[in-house]
Amino acid sequence: MTTLPSTNEAAPRLSSRRLLDNYKPGPASCDVPDAKGYFGPYGGVYVPETLMAAVQQLSAEYDRARRDPEFQAQLDYYLREFAGRPTPLYFARRLTELAGGAKIYLKREDLAHTGAHKINNTIGQGLLTLRMGKKRVIAETGAGQHGVATATVAAAFGLSCDVYMGSEDIRRQSLNVFRMRLLGARVAAVETGARTLKDATNEALRDWMGSVAHTHYIIGSVVGPHPFPRIVRDFQSVIGKETRAQSQHLFGRSPDAIVACVGGGSNAAGIFYPFIEETNVKLFGVEAGGRGWEPGRHAASLLRGQPGVLHGTLSYILQNAEGQTADVHSVSAGLDYPGVGPEHAYWKDTQRAQYAAVSDDEALEAFGVLAKQEGIIPALESAHAVAFAIRQARTMKKDQTLVINLSGRGDKDCMEVSRLRESHAPNAGKGN
Amino acid sequence: MSQRLAECFQNARREKRTLFCPFLTAGYPRMEFLPRMLLALQESGAGCVEMGFPFSDPIADGPVIQESYRVALERGATVEKIIGAVRHARESGLRIPLLAMASFSILFRYGTEDFAEACAYAGVDGLILPDLPLEEAPPVVRTIGIRGLAASLLIAPGTDPARRARIAELCTGFVYYLSVSGITGERSALPPDIVSNLAQLRKLTDRPVCVGFGISQPRQVRSLRGLADGVIVGSAIIRRLTEESARPEPDYAQAVREFSSALAVELRKNEPGNGQSQYTR
Repeated sequence: MTTLPSTNEAAPRLSSRRLLDNYKPGPASCDVPDAKGYFGPYGGVYVPETLMAAVQQLSAEYDRARRDPEFQAQLDYYLREFAGRPTPLYFARRLTELAGGAKIYLKREDLAHTGAHKINNTIGQGLLTLRMGKKRVIAETGAGQHGVATATVAAAFGLSCDVYMGSEDIRRQSLNVFRMRLLGARVAAVETGARTLKDATNEALRDWMGSVAHTHYIIGSVVGPHPFPRIVRDFQSVIGKETRAQSQHLFGRSPDAIVACVGGGSNAAGIFYPFIEETNVKLFGVEAGGRGWEPGRHAASLLRGQPGVLHGTLSYILQNAEGQTADVHSVSAGLDYPGVGPEHAYWKDTQRAQYAAVSDDEALEAFGVLAKQEGIIPALESAHAVAFAIRQARTMKKDQTLVINLSGRGDKDCMEVSRLRESHAPNAGKGN
Repeated sequence: MSQRLAECFQNARREKRTLFCPFLTAGYPRMEFLPRMLLALQESGAGCVEMGFPFSDPIADGPVIQESYRVALERGATVEKIIGAVRHARESGLRIPLLAMASFSILFRYGTEDFAEACAYAGVDGLILPDLPLEEAPPVVRTIGIRGLAASLLIAPGTDPARRARIAELCTGFVYYLSVSGITGERSALPPDIVSNLAQLRKLTDRPVCVGFGISQPRQVRSLRGLADGVIVGSAIIRRLTEESARPEPDYAQAVREFSSALAVELRKNEPGNGQSQYTR
């Protein structure tokens, strides 16, 4: 028993209450996670032993790959020639005029191949899959963008692909279901729970329990057991690195504020991370405020959650006092998730990033505003960031700059938004 | 580890018996049946019982146990009610060891110390920690150990030998060997490497080894006699309870008693040729 750490040392990792009582965060570091996958007290590896061999294989392979110039060259090649990077940093003149404050720029991830930032991660993890010699990939998807990006890479790299998607999301994101099937992926409808992203993640993990030997699970966000939160953040960091270089080029310095939507948090982590040590750049993460603060009517894990464990990681979770996951709601399928990446939990506690919420109605309004003001139809997820950014820009000076991470395009949402508008519901949202 | 659990496995090993270890979902089909079902399992010849704390997102479980967890939670299962039911069972004469399987999501949010204290008060002997790998388990094993609870951790078919030894070293209860790589649920056949894996594991550690996941049929149970210290059957029993609930006058205690007896007897057959392991040469 001498090898065990003392109870005091480990106490924060034994109870949600103790973690909040005992943890006194310092300034945020970008030198995270540690070797065990912790961002401050968050993160770690909470999965059945069955998955440990695969998780460790992935860690080892990623460590080799990121030091391998050939891997970096391959990654750069596919990001440039296949995904169409770099994506523009576009000055939104009419949106800036409408808001009447800071200059608003859009980081155009909607212009990346497949229409969202998700491709940055799937190219990277697809290349890791090839390096590990695995022939099949699986993925969970909410809005379907990660599913499409996974199916796309599977097609390009000749991998077999299965995507798990909640049946409620299959209904509201039917265009993406068609795209995945066209790309050769099998889409499995998940009928458990609320039939949304959390349930799809459960099913993908269950598949992986029995298929680890020949299958790689391409997790779509900065969630899941270590090393996924780190790997996904690293692959998405291309967004922030480009934004930094483009800001220098366009206005000679880094932006004053960056706004990104947060479901699991991958697009936000990707654009925030390269700016973590530039503390004069304010970072705003926008969660789904849904239809109100009553339990089950929103998906704001950071604003309303508590430290807990879900899908292999310790982070802020919406759950009851006994650790049972709570019901969540968002009009946006990609934000409809009761957890959030552990690095966001760390940034929240260290106050490096600030988090806010935008309601379904505000997001739906911003969806229309960006379309009319700029000729750009945003994904409903990204519309949350747009709604908050308009508010935030108003409080800023005209010589300041604000960047919105426009994480995806909204074609996939047009049918659902049209349905919601026709239903004339005073509180638009998913019906029940 | 808990005295009751330690003695149970020591006696079984001395008498060269393999224990039958059935699984129940706490609160399925209803909490009020739990004490009687636990007693019925004891009467049926079960060596110890494994009891699952229902969880909203059990990633290691197949459809049958998932559904039982969902139903139990929907019908109001809470830690407090489960603790009360177990305490009642102990007061009513439950003597065999009882291990609780609980996701770390529950322990962490409830508070590992408080959860362990509640379990110890109820008469639970140990915890099976299905989602705590070697890397995260030590502080939890220590914390529940202080409260008198043994810890059982999982070893999978894909776990390498060095890691198996380290996990077994950390187990203060039995070592939980997963017969298959995958989720819980009935399988028509068990993998052939189960024999060599169990033999290797028992060379590696003196701790008791129980084998579970995918085991449901009398033939499969019989084939594991002598290879492990205990054989765990879960989904098949839960499925039997689900079938029982469709009957006009369900008797859950009787249903688990019959089901468990039929499997427990497979581990007590000593006649050559009858109870002979299909793997024994």
